[in-house]
Amino acid sequence: MSEHIVPLKTNVAVWLTLLVLTGVTAGVAFIDLGPFNTVVALVIATCKALLVVLVFMHVKYASEKLIKVVVISALFFLLLLLGLSLADYTTRLL
Amino acid sequence: MPDSPVAVEHHEPMLQHHFADMEQQRQASSLGMWLFLATEVMFFGGMFCAYLIYRYWYFADFATASKSLDITLGTVNTAVLICSSLTVVLAVRAAQLGKRQSQVVYLALTLVLGLAFLGIKGIEWTSKFKEHHVPGASFHFEGSVPGHPDQPVDQQHAQIFFSLYFAMTGMHALHMVIGVGIFSYLLYCAWKGRYTPEYHTPLENSGLYWHFVDIIWIYLFPLLYLIDRKK
Repeated sequence: MSEHIVPLKTNVAVWLTLLVLTGVTAGVAFIDLGPFNTVVALVIATCKALLVVLVFMHVKYASEKLIKVVVISALFFLLLLLGLSLADYTTRLL
Repeated sequence: MPDSPVAVEHHEPMLQHHFADMEQQRQASSLGMWLFLATEVMFFGGMFCAYLIYRYWYFADFATASKSLDITLGTVNTAVLICSSLTVVLAVRAAQLGKRQSQVVYLALTLVLGLAFLGIKGIEWTSKFKEHHVPGASFHFEGSVPGHPDQPVDQQHAQIFFSLYFAMTGMHALHMVIGVGIFSYLLYCAWKGRYTPEYHTPLENSGLYWHFVDIIWIYLFPLLYLIDRKK
């Protein structure tokens, strides 16, 4: 079997990090950072999502390149959807 | 294992005849699951996109409406989901190591946490119903635009916020309900000892689904509850 078994310690460390980041993002929401409230919240969310995808979903350990291609293309098309839509709506003069 | 389908076939009862070996079978189903999750990304992506555009248009009304959500319940629910992701990981790990009993325990814990999430969500929705924050004929939202205490929030714009709130958290909760159904079946199969280190693909792929639903919440939580808190 080439299936990777993630050590218990790694899983628990990721879980604790996710809980801490949840606390941090909830706490930061009460501090006024102006437009950076949104930036910080989304950066923390992306860190959490990355941890889940890479470790919990085993993408970091996946030997199959095709899975990585699917993950990256899903992200690419999502960013295309959000990026192009917002590029349109945020630059309209009407 | 080399390409020797005939020789392997007799030793692996779970191997379908059109695959060369267990590893190829596992990789094929894993790829299929990831393709499904890619379509789910686009499904939720459309709603996220709608939310971002309306938030850009009706920024002040969205900020006030967002502040009416219960940040404590939202944070607790995020923690509950993260814990359930850990129990899923540990259940898959138990299957990889061939430990039936801990598989059953972790799957049962996952179900409990999944139902706890839905219960807390139910409490939140109930209070929204009581406050008339559910879009429809009886919708009513009291509040003023941030920085202008004398300027009331536009009812239509607030209603759009809550339409998106219920659509997104509702779709997420529907995924959770389906996940609870899937994991109940997995619990039954794990109890029967059907998942072994050689074959536990259903558990692994359902785990991917559960983590994906967790990630959706990881983004819903800041976007709906947090980012407008200080406006």
